[in-house]
Parts: sequence; structure tokens; C-alpha cells
Amino acid sequence: MGLNTPLYAQHLSAGARMVNFGGWDMPVNYGSQIEEHHAVRRDAGMFDVSHMGVVDLNGARVRPFLRHLLANDIGRLQIPGKALYSCLLREDAGILDDLIVYFLTESRFRMVVNAGTRAKDIAWIRRHAGEFSVEVSERKDVAMIAVQGPHAREKAASILPAADRAQALALDTFVGAEIAGLFIARTGYTGEDGWEMIVPAVRGEQIWNVLHEAGIAFCGLGARDTLRLEAGMNLYGSDMDESKHPLESGLGWTVAWTPAERDFIGRGALESVRRAGSPRKLVGLLLEERGVLRAHQKVIVPEGGEGEVTSGTFSPTLERSIGLARVPAITRERVQVDIRGKLLGARVVKPPFVHYGRPLVS
Amino acid sequence: MSKIPSDLKYTKSHEWVRSLPDGSVDIGITDHAQDALGDLVFVEVPEPGRTLAAGEACAVVESVKAASDVYSPVAGEVIDGNADLVATPELVNQDPYGNGWLLKLKPADKSALAKLMDAAAYTKHLETESH
Repeated sequence: MGLNTPLYAQHLSAGARMVNFGGWDMPVNYGSQIEEHHAVRRDAGMFDVSHMGVVDLNGARVRPFLRHLLANDIGRLQIPGKALYSCLLREDAGILDDLIVYFLTESRFRMVVNAGTRAKDIAWIRRHAGEFSVEVSERKDVAMIAVQGPHAREKAASILPAADRAQALALDTFVGAEIAGLFIARTGYTGEDGWEMIVPAVRGEQIWNVLHEAGIAFCGLGARDTLRLEAGMNLYGSDMDESKHPLESGLGWTVAWTPAERDFIGRGALESVRRAGSPRKLVGLLLEERGVLRAHQKVIVPEGGEGEVTSGTFSPTLERSIGLARVPAITRERVQVDIRGKLLGARVVKPPFVHYGRPLVS
Repeated sequence: MSKIPSDLKYTKSHEWVRSLPDGSVDIGITDHAQDALGDLVFVEVPEPGRTLAAGEACAVVESVKAASDVYSPVAGEVIDGNADLVATPELVNQDPYGNGWLLKLKPADKSALAKLMDAAAYTKHLETESH
């Protein structure tokens, strides 16, 4: 038995097929995974993401603390509510986790971390928070619901008190705010518009049900995975882990190198890799033949060497297989992938594959 | 509960076999198997003329989640593979015992069919597997 989110009983009564994910019993689908995927691309879908960790950081020196802790620079966050995506690195630049951090006030920030890493993350954060006198509190009293899709915001706003709807709908991308007793942020993991809503655990079931009544489809982790992969977003534990650094994980863009004097954890090790040039990189693959890319398949690179598929799936939007692969840095336009003993051709592309419902590759 | 038609024979690996009047058999995967796999996105069926041993991997069914081999329940020669599944693999989800058939086989030895499970035995097998 795994851990249960506050919405566990709702998933069972909706007939979800449950799987263990990061120690949690979570819905993988409620029927057809492909239909759930299309619901998000074309209309609106909702996911229980309460297994993720919400961590509040309080203290007068929370800003200098986070500028030390994270590879991306929260110095860039100047508007209250604004969010930033960042890696949490070890001293050797191995990726402990990827996370979202929200600037709430000058003495209060909020982080959302992955389910499988939350205990490890919190121990790491606490270890470094002491010298900055930052208080670290894990919010176990909340549920988190992601509503995603072109009509998700409008449908989800209909459940809010009329007086609060305009403020919620006016949120900019990557900005969150406390509205009607809920924390609503215009963020997500699908490549579509939408919100991630952090709600009191005791109100979770009721909010989950009224969102569904507002015409938002139940979606499981299966669709979440095909959506995030189409959107070219990494999955921690598959596309990167502690043995990988950001520059070989397609995450160089999340590392803030300037200002040069900002001494974040992992900077020294990462600077060395950057100077020498990372021997490996993470790329998108588009399979040109029939079949499905899957994690751990071997990639044969004509320029020399081999790589490995880190995530692969059938893309319901493109109706062909897509994936992410870690390959030698010299890899150019084409590779071959060993799929069940056959070598099939794949094209190297720059993710995302799909964004706001539109294919970006062909 | 998954559907288990009473006129078919079954294997422990969740294939079904339908005996046809001309002595050939149709083979597919059970309702339980398609449900466990989830939405199918890719199906590979064998070429006519191929000779299969009992238990030999003869087809691949791949869902959004994973790829699985299908094993021939009996030995024989492939007469036909279901070409419709190339473009519409979801037929296996929608109609596993009908339009979602995978291959047609001429059994080498008809008596081999008698050794497969009937519907009652397969029902019991599913119950055992779920515990």
C-alpha cells in the first residue's frame, strides 16, 4: 500500500486504475488514456497532483537563501506571485530535483517539488536553511489540483465566487495568487494553458467534484506523461537524476550564470563542465518508422557512439512516436534506435513537439 | 468484470482461440488483456506462410504504456494476419473477440486445441492471478 492523497476515495469511485508512483497510489487513467490526453489538448482536463510536495519558506533572509540554494536566480522574481522553474543541485552539480518556486512576499516563498524526492529535498533544504535562519515547513494540509487545456481556466473560474473570477482570469502566465482562500497559479506540466490550484486538504474533495461538474475531464498520470513529453518537459527520475547535471539534461537554460558572483550550490562543478563542454546532451527524437520509443532503448549515433532513450511514448497528437534521449554532443540530425532488436530511424528535433494544441514538428 | 465468451479456448498468457468450420483458428487477446494494456497504439501481426511453434511469440501489441508479445496458443501455419490493425490498432480495445482478431492459423495438430482452457477454467485463472 502506498500513500493516499486527500482525493484517493474520489479516484476509486470514478473507477480509476491505480498505480504506485513515487510511493503514492495514484490514478493512471479513468478509462481511455488517449481520450484524457485529447481532453487536455482540445478542451479541459484535471489531475490530482497532491502527491507533489508544497514547501513554504519563511524568514527575513529567504531571498539570499534561495539565491544560494537554486541554480536559477530568484533575483529575477520581482513581481509578487511570480514563479520560476529551477534545478536543485548537489555540490557536484548532480540534479537533486527540479521544482517551481513562487515569490509571495519578501519574507515568504513557496516551492513545489516532486513526489518521489520530497523527503530528500526537504532534508537538503533544511540542512542549508539554518545559516540563513529560514523556516522550512512542509504543507501536509493541502491538496493540489491541476486544471489544464484551452478551456480549463474559464471552466475552473466558474466555480469561484463571482467577485473573484476576474482576478483569477487576469493572472499572467507563471504567476500565482491567493484567491478565494485558494492558491491559484497559471502554471502546468502539459504545454497548455491552465492553473495549478493548491487548496486546503479538507476542501479538496468538494473542489475536485465541482470542477468536474463544471465540465473538466478526469485525467490520470498516464495522460500527464504523454502531455508533458509532447510539451518537451523533463520527468525527474527518467530524464535526469542525481547522476546527471543540467547541461546534459536539456536544462542549461534554467541555470542563471549571471551575476557571476552569485555562489549557488553546484556552481563550481557546473562551471567546469561548461568550460570543457558537456560530452552529452538531451535531445528530442521523432521516430520515422512504425513502433514506439521507450525509456532505456539504445540509440546508435552515426557521428560515433551511443546514447539512450530516457523517455518515449506514442504521441496522441502527432500519432507517431516521440521521445527524449541522452546522446553524444556530436550527434546531428539522424540516429537509429534499437527497438526490440530492430534498428529504426529517428530524427533529432528540438522539443517541444506540441505547444498550445499545435504540432511544432512534422 | 471482463468478457469471457463461452465458445472460445484460452491460454494462461491471455490469448483466445476460435475454431472455425474449415479447421482453421482465429487468435486474439482477451478482453482482460486489452483492458490491462490500455489504449493500443501499435500492433504487429505475422506474415502468411510463417510456421509457428506452440508458445512462440507471433505478434506484438503495444499500448501507450508498454509493448507485449502475443504467443501462439498452438503450433501451425499462419494463413492471415489482421491488416486492419496497422491503421486502427484500437479495434483490439473496442472488439477484442471480433474485429480485433490478430491472426488466422492452420493448426498442425487439431487435438492440441483440447489442451487449452475453456471459459470456466480461464475465469478461474483470472481470479487466481488477481490474488
